[in-house]
Amino acid sequence: MNAIEILGLTKSYLTGFLRNKPKPALQPLHLTIQEGETFGFLGPNGAGKTTTLKLLMGIVFPTSGSARILGHHFHDPGIKKQIGFLPEQPYFYDYLSASELLDYYAQLSGVPKDERRKRIALLLERTGLADAGKKQLRKFSKGMLQRVGIAQAIIHDPKIVFLDEPMSGLDPIGRREIRELILSLKKDGKTVFFSTHILSDAEALCDRVAVIHKGVLRGIGVVEDLKSQTEDKSEVVWQGAHALAAVASLLSESNVAGEVARGVVRGQDLDLLLEKLRREQTRLISVTPLHGTLEDYFVAHTTDQEAVQG
Amino acid sequence: MISRLSAIAFNTFREAVRDRVLYNFVLFVLLLVATAPLFGQISIGLERLILINVGLSAMSLFGIVIAIFVGIGLVSKEIDKKTLYTILSRPVRRWEFIAGKYLGLVMTLAVNATFMTAGFYLTLLVTAHQLTRADAGLLAAIYFIILQFFIITALTLLFSSFSTPIFSAIFSFALFVIGTFAEDLRNFAAMSDGAGKWLVTGVVYLVPNFSALNVISQVSHDVPVSGSLILYNTLYAVLYSAAATAAAVLIFERRNLK
Ligand SMILES: Nc1ncnc2c1ncn2[C@@H]1O[C@H](COP(=O)(O)OP(=O)(O)O)[C@@H](O)[C@H]1O
Ligand SMILES: [Mg+2]
Repeated sequence: MNAIEILGLTKSYLTGFLRNKPKPALQPLHLTIQEGETFGFLGPNGAGKTTTLKLLMGIVFPTSGSARILGHHFHDPGIKKQIGFLPEQPYFYDYLSASELLDYYAQLSGVPKDERRKRIALLLERTGLADAGKKQLRKFSKGMLQRVGIAQAIIHDPKIVFLDEPMSGLDPIGRREIRELILSLKKDGKTVFFSTHILSDAEALCDRVAVIHKGVLRGIGVVEDLKSQTEDKSEVVWQGAHALAAVASLLSESNVAGEVARGVVRGQDLDLLLEKLRREQTRLISVTPLHGTLEDYFVAHTTDQEAVQG
Repeated sequence: MISRLSAIAFNTFREAVRDRVLYNFVLFVLLLVATAPLFGQISIGLERLILINVGLSAMSLFGIVIAIFVGIGLVSKEIDKKTLYTILSRPVRRWEFIAGKYLGLVMTLAVNATFMTAGFYLTLLVTAHQLTRADAGLLAAIYFIILQFFIITALTLLFSSFSTPIFSAIFSFALFVIGTFAEDLRNFAAMSDGAGKWLVTGVVYLVPNFSALNVISQVSHDVPVSGSLILYNTLYAVLYSAAATAAAVLIFERRNLK
């Protein structure tokens, strides 16, 4: 079954003093996520990631379009037991302790009392907060709060977990802890939908990613496929720097160290470059194909030049 | 539904307690007890009269101010700090959230009033060295004060569902002040005539009737409060608060949260 189907969700915020100026934040978005997938929703700041999540959670209402979660209409209260949500830069009631907070949320999600006690102990353990369970949240570090945030999102053992920028603002250790928690959710068979602008995290965790920019979906697919869609280039190194002038027009970047020159060439120009270098009496040292990275793909699809073309 | 409502109400109460909102009753009691000997020096018969008037008016005003200042942040704080996001992504309807917050604050105010009442009776005991049957009659006035809290909390919640905290506070307090003259306004409306009469009367009846809920001077003269007034005021407070809370829910249901 499909875990999430986004059916043309669109959002224009009404801004201005009279709330009469529409500000488009999300163009009609269509997206389907399978059960058990870990799905990365990528985009630069202001792309519309949080808007999409707030629409799905029923925090704001769409201008048009709809969505289905596990086959039900997304506003159906019955479906809410099956989803967990960690907002962007979350704040929690800081007068509560971690276990009081988890107990409150579990109550709201309808978890029976005995079950609650077990789940709280389990999750505090799992998020490395067992020792801090009784401490008030106002004394928690950012990384600990983020882990509490993940714990509250899964306290009721939902099928789908939505995380909005779960790693942003954390130090490398904090990021790794969250990464490992997401991997463990994946192992448990949960569907994880998370937004991020940190590409290495998406690359390490996701089965599939979508790239969104200015409210428009720019690409979607398996990470490897997206990488291979980026331009294929090769790095060529040769001895005989004098030839650089003759081939400069073919190179996207180049540099020289003594007699050795290095240049990057597009795949279709590689033969021509090698031909010219031979004619210039240079000695070829190496030709290395450069694989595209997710970053190449991301940059190519989220620059404004692309926005005009696309 | 009940378990979600009570969870939200209890958490609201817990926040108020840990925020030390409730501890103002200590201040109230200390003030009363400390100044009690002064009342005794005025004159024998007058001391009780003044103590009751000052004590109960202060209790009402203290509670109204807390109701407004906690009330304006009840929902807006959860929106600003985005704690509401983690609540609305659960099987909680928006009306349950509003109703739970309302009940939580009313519960806080009632507990607060209970402590203040205890302090008040303690002061009566200190000044008069005994409690009489007439003193029990004061409970009706205190009950009406709690009914005032029901209404003002609902109104604050209503205003804060569409306006900023500052304006909500101003609107609520203004309505409280106007409401203490509700009986006069009603008499005034009844005297007016012509086409505007129905309009004026309608508007005047929308103003919460805080004057009917204020029997402080009556009980201070040991005039008993009738059972029918207690019944009437209870119904009035419950219906008025329910209507205001329902209006707050209607507005909140449609709202896009930041
Ligand atoms: N409440 C709001 N009112 C007006 N504009 C908003 C509001 N929330 C977001 N936006 C605008 O919508 C666009 C998308 O924002 P957002 O979804 O927060 O992006 P992201 O999470 O990808 O950084 C941005 O241009 C942002 O300024
Ligand atoms: Mg965002």
